[in-house]
Amino acid sequence: MARELLKGNVAIAEAALRAGLEAYFGYPITPQTELLEHLSARMPELGRVFLQAESEVAAINMVYGAASTGTLTMTSTSSPGFSLMQEGLSYIAGSELPCVIVNMMRGGPGLGNILPAQGDYFQVTRSAGHGDFHPIVLAPASVQEAIDFTVLAFDLTEKYRHMVIIAADGQIGQMMEPAELPPMRPARTERPAWALTGAQGRAKNIVTSIYLKAEAEEAFNLKIQARLQEIKRTEQRWYEYATDDADLLVLGFGTAGRIALSAVQTAREQGLKVGLLRPQTLYPFPDDRIAELAERVQACLVVEMNAGQMLDDVRLAVNGRVPVKFYGRIGGVIPMPEEILNVITTEIDALAVRS
Amino acid sequence: MMTLSMEDIPHLEMETVYSRPESLSSRPTHYCPGCTHGIAHRILAEAFDELGIRERVILVAPVGCSVFAYDYFEADGCEAAHGRAPAMATGIKRTRPDNIVVSYQGDGDLASIGAAEILHAAARGEHITSIFINNAVYGMTGGQMAPTTLLGQRTTSSPTGRDANMTGFPLRMSELLSQLDATAYIARVSLHDVKHIRQAKKAVITALKAQMQGLGFSMVEMLSSCPTNWGMTPKDALKWVETNMIPQYPLGDYKMIDEVRALALERKQG
Repeated sequence: MARELLKGNVAIAEAALRAGLEAYFGYPITPQTELLEHLSARMPELGRVFLQAESEVAAINMVYGAASTGTLTMTSTSSPGFSLMQEGLSYIAGSELPCVIVNMMRGGPGLGNILPAQGDYFQVTRSAGHGDFHPIVLAPASVQEAIDFTVLAFDLTEKYRHMVIIAADGQIGQMMEPAELPPMRPARTERPAWALTGAQGRAKNIVTSIYLKAEAEEAFNLKIQARLQEIKRTEQRWYEYATDDADLLVLGFGTAGRIALSAVQTAREQGLKVGLLRPQTLYPFPDDRIAELAERVQACLVVEMNAGQMLDDVRLAVNGRVPVKFYGRIGGVIPMPEEILNVITTEIDALAVRS
Repeated sequence: MMTLSMEDIPHLEMETVYSRPESLSSRPTHYCPGCTHGIAHRILAEAFDELGIRERVILVAPVGCSVFAYDYFEADGCEAAHGRAPAMATGIKRTRPDNIVVSYQGDGDLASIGAAEILHAAARGEHITSIFINNAVYGMTGGQMAPTTLLGQRTTSSPTGRDANMTGFPLRMSELLSQLDATAYIARVSLHDVKHIRQAKKAVITALKAQMQGLGFSMVEMLSSCPTNWGMTPKDALKWVETNMIPQYPLGDYKMIDEVRALALERKQG
């Protein structure tokens, strides 16, 4: 297939339906609305389900219903809407249902603004709803990666019967880049054995998240935790640049990681020994690789479009081996490569003084 | 000591006058003595049997006393978040249009926390059937004031009686939803005596038929009793439904589009 100029939101929408999306439910919110608009035209064309819900609360509960029938389903939103979806996400986790959620993050807290931000890192990785669970979280840094991760999201959610969140900042949703869409998968007709399809010629199926007895609830939770352990073992993904001889390792995800890469490339041109690691999965976090690199580098620098959230995960992975520094811009401000380069230069100089 | 064998008992021609509907599971319910959820469940199960739709039904249970409703039916079922049953039912029906989707909710669930979801599911004309149990109180949490609590009614969160100046007036959901263009059938029935239970069953069958014909949204509101939280005997509670609830919540068909009326007549003639 040929590359074409695509807007991030539209690219995700089109990739989703090509990956097998059968039912979409959503509510308009900037900066993700083009995703909903694209599907409002394309899904009916293909004889699939599109419905604009009365709220994000209703949208996620429609997803919950559609997922119960074994249908590949998705919703998309931005930060304030994601907060409203947390109740439904918790029920979906408690019922072991597959689904994909797109969160095009914007500035907050509160109504905040509609500019790109990464302030929902804690929310998507740690607190997507009450109770003890983590979603799988994918963080694209380009339109092409948004397309690829959308296809991956559907594969992972089906494989693990576990929700997948595509967490991007509004920049990814709003910008246009050349990218290649995946081929259209054939329509899916099979339904999993656990799906609600009517108890015809079989015992009834129940989709629920209630375990009244403490021991039963504990056993269920241990099952989720075992699945998360398996996901941690097999699904850590990241992008790496010039880490072989790096003294300073720069880490950032999504747009911040992409801008940091420009800064690192310029620093290399200036002869500075700097490398970059950009986590592509925020859960599972690429702990193992970061721990390995922490044995070789002298310091880490985390760059985010928030006040320091992924920073916690980097510190946990580094586990005190080397100092971990932070540079962030908040509120919808996008850091410039020059700003990051300045911080890199300062940190490299500090290393030289120390050694 | 004398023992009797079967042969000693005179042979009688016996007729089955009562049996468990195929759609009802044999599991004992957890409901309080005198609670009318059991009657509502039986009516629903009989309707599934009579319409031959058990294998097509997907039941959406609410949060509240009937949280385990899916355990009592021999049909597929699921558990919605509090108030969200109509949204969940929408997701199910839109992806399984040939199944019969029934949401079952109490008054706190449907008329308070889930007011937006029921209103919009009805406004869209979702092809689902809503069973609405109105007993004027939050049952499972121990008898707090509901949006349908009567003025002056004492509950554990309105200990001196519901005061309109403070908490407004009871919500009449059947009247409200009947104003929406996409509703096909909206009826309020009562479970306080045999005559009314029979009427309730007729209404449930009409509502399900409306769904089977794809005519739009249908709801049957059932005035129900809660002896435990009302602090009454089951008998007094049923009397209270009749004397106190019906005047506030008059019974009848609030919305019946022509196509549904034709279905209801078909039944009478049949």
